[in-house]
Amino acid sequence: MNQWKNFTKGFIKENPVFVLLLGMCPTLGTTTSAINGLGMGLATAFVLTMSNLVISLVKNVIPDKVRIPSFIVIIASFVTIVDLSMNAYLPALHKQLGLFIPLIVVNCIVLGRAEAFASKNSIGSSILDGLGMGLGFTFALFLLGTTREILGSGSFLGMKFIGDNDGMLVFVLAPGAFIALGYLIAIINKLKKA
Amino acid sequence: MAKKVESTFLSMVLTLLIITLVASAALAYVYKVTKGPIEQSMLKKKLDAIGKVVPQFTNNPNAEMYKLMAYDNSDSLEIYPAKKDGKLVGYAVKTFTNKGFGGLVELMVGFTPDFTITNIEVLSHTETPGLGSKMTTAKFKDQFKEKNPKDFKLVVKKDGGDVDAITAATISSRAFCDAVDRAFKTLTKEDK
Repeated sequence: MNQWKNFTKGFIKENPVFVLLLGMCPTLGTTTSAINGLGMGLATAFVLTMSNLVISLVKNVIPDKVRIPSFIVIIASFVTIVDLSMNAYLPALHKQLGLFIPLIVVNCIVLGRAEAFASKNSIGSSILDGLGMGLGFTFALFLLGTTREILGSGSFLGMKFIGDNDGMLVFVLAPGAFIALGYLIAIINKLKKA
Repeated sequence: MAKKVESTFLSMVLTLLIITLVASAALAYVYKVTKGPIEQSMLKKKLDAIGKVVPQFTNNPNAEMYKLMAYDNSDSLEIYPAKKDGKLVGYAVKTFTNKGFGGLVELMVGFTPDFTITNIEVLSHTETPGLGSKMTTAKFKDQFKEKNPKDFKLVVKKDGGDVDAITAATISSRAFCDAVDRAFKTLTKEDK
């Protein structure tokens, strides 16, 4: 039961984007379309799960004073692995996400979960926590990307349903990201209370 | 919870050493595995772009690539001659501009032997999605087709040229023209 909670808390109760408000930079920067949000979310979820796994494995042999540098090296390695593999096998998506993939290293969620959860809990719970948080992040980015794509470009997953210039452009640009995120957070808060 | 390792000088140095060693070994391995596919996908993208901008060819433009210094001596451009049965049918020129709204824009521009534009492909750009990114659409690019820059001014109409700019993306349109212009001027500079 407790393990189930470790997994599901990332979706709504402690959703990294909507509740913890962590990792805002990729959240706002990459969600111009649903597919970009999804790709970014999945890349982060992979890094989160793998780094949680490795960190909970080695947590007892790392002296306290050097734990942050050690975590960062582990996280950065996984990010580079994702970066290289995406470049090799999904070049189109890699081009779209560009700079944001290497920037997963400095995403607060990854180091946050490493420090707050993986360095204190067992391997099993850490994997579930990473998976749950990662999927919660993916879900949030997908939702935000979908909203912005529908309002901004008038398409869903790249499929157009209105004419060429009819989207509300502001939602594709940076201000729209903040507006859409603000309303989504408000809705989630309302739903959580209800 | 098992007992933690004490933070002594030796244990800290050793831990960091081992972690970085393992990490670099893992990265070296991944790099080796992905190096081939990355190069291949980049080459394929380039060849696809060349194939789209010049008429049918039978040679290997990539192997016959040569570099020409840009007309303003800023940087050299890569020229890919396309030949069919030994006869020159066109050039694909990899050109660029730094004047884009988001910086660098790279284009592959196809010319016939008499320097008429056949087609243009955008290789990479960082223009605003929804505005400048429309430079990749046929609606904008097609106005360059079959035009010879000798009598088609590669400047947006706002600046007195012949190019219809993208709505709300004049800077991106200007950059696009600049890149095409660079390709044309560089390719023809030896002709003059």
